[in-house]
Amino acid sequence: MNASRPAVSITGVSKQFKAGVTALTGIDLDVRPREFVSLIGPSGCGKSTLLRIIGDLIEPSEGTVEVNGKPAHRARLDHDYGIVFQEAVLYDWRTVSKNIALPLELLKWGREKRSARVKEMVDLVELEGFEDHHPWQLSGGMQQRVAIARALSFDPALLLMDEPFGALDEMTRERMNLELLRIWDASGSTIVFVTHSIPEAVFLSTRVVVMSPRPGRVAGIVEVDLPQPRTGRTREEPRFFELVTEVRERLAAGGADVVAAEAEAGAS
Amino acid sequence: MSSAAVQRRAVEWGPALAVFVLGILAWQGLVAAFHVQEFLLPKPTVIARTFWDERGMLWDAGIYTFKEALGGFALGSGLGILVALLFAAYAPLGTAFMPFAVAANAIPIIAFAPIMNDWFGLLNPFSKMAIAAVLCFFPVLITTLRGLTSVDPRAIELMRSYAANRRTVFRRVRIPASLPHMFAGLKIASVLSMIGAIVGEYFGGPTTALGVTILNASAYTNFPVAWAGIVLASAFGILFYSAVALAERLTTSWDPSRRDFHRE
Repeated sequence: MNASRPAVSITGVSKQFKAGVTALTGIDLDVRPREFVSLIGPSGCGKSTLLRIIGDLIEPSEGTVEVNGKPAHRARLDHDYGIVFQEAVLYDWRTVSKNIALPLELLKWGREKRSARVKEMVDLVELEGFEDHHPWQLSGGMQQRVAIARALSFDPALLLMDEPFGALDEMTRERMNLELLRIWDASGSTIVFVTHSIPEAVFLSTRVVVMSPRPGRVAGIVEVDLPQPRTGRTREEPRFFELVTEVRERLAAGGADVVAAEAEAGAS
Repeated sequence: MSSAAVQRRAVEWGPALAVFVLGILAWQGLVAAFHVQEFLLPKPTVIARTFWDERGMLWDAGIYTFKEALGGFALGSGLGILVALLFAAYAPLGTAFMPFAVAANAIPIIAFAPIMNDWFGLLNPFSKMAIAAVLCFFPVLITTLRGLTSVDPRAIELMRSYAANRRTVFRRVRIPASLPHMFAGLKIASVLSMIGAIVGEYFGGPTTALGVTILNASAYTNFPVAWAGIVLASAFGILFYSAVALAERLTTSWDPSRRDFHRE
């Protein structure tokens, strides 16, 4: 992989929906390989829409998205994306192992290669002993770990996560944050992460992209210079609070003060 | 099954069993106490004795009619599933035809039974299969189509992100996700197929058929035989339904809405 080439290159992207709503306007953003970029903003700022455009699940009205130097559509056909939603969206009729194996089956991996990889992924997300369980037998946090394992199973260049921990309680969420950083470090993938929690964005990311609503646009980018690897202690460092404040002020400057306060309240 | 499981089963089914036994006893007692005429309602003991005395004839008649029901069920449900797949694959077809399917499901299709007898012949078992098949077709079509089309859109988006084509999405997601819905339709169809076969026979059929046996017995005031026939028809209906329910349990044990089956 060419390290100088961006993993994601977004140029002049806008999106108008049929009802005449402008969800996004004039988005320019580059994501470097191995970066962890969070998109943060209040509801209606188009952050999930932008994520779906990057993943070629919807098309932009204007502008282009390139992933590893090729158009998003080509990248999707090349299996460059792993996607995780707010809900795990597991296939109920498949066991944990078989959920993780599904993308590999579609990629026509052989049985042995597949089961070796599944075992590796089960170890990575620490679900040993639950391989033959069905999704309903797992807690919300465990289900989300299966979803992450499934998204990473085929080694996609880019992991797209749409509020993956939004439905979890705060304690589970903080534990999942640490796990995600460990997985990010181990897997070497690039992550684009949508959230409306300011502390979560600061804790996880190398850069936080602050977005503002109506129409959705980039209001500012905050470089997170907290040392790696991040630990439970990171949340107690003065620099962490300074960055949280900086993101909050950017959100406020973007005209999102009220909504951001709500998001903060919801996250604490 | 462990002894604890047996005990739990007993606690679960105990009340229903008690109601059943008490109901039979009350039936027996009330018929005896008020000297109810046999043509109105025979005693359970009389029905049971008749059932035993006539077991050979009743069993043959029951099997004959059950085969009609089974044939109609297979034909109607099979077609229902095929058409549902077709409508799900080509949405415009579904949009054009589904309002009629829903309307057809609301009319008393059994009213067509005499016509089917005219079309296919009174003594031809296919005339009863046909009416059972039409009865089964609509509920299976409607429930299966709902299952195929009401899949979580994000489950489809995920498949798209794996670059899966429509065929693969069908095979890997839509069809398995539709199974719980489809079985709801099949359970309704199992009941309707027995109704279709027996009512079809009421409009005429060979004397070896259960419906004709019940009809003739009541026409010639042989009420215990008529009631014994009804009991047998009920038994076949319940067994058929239970068989479909068992198949459902075996194939959809993963369904979160059925998790109460997993307690053991």
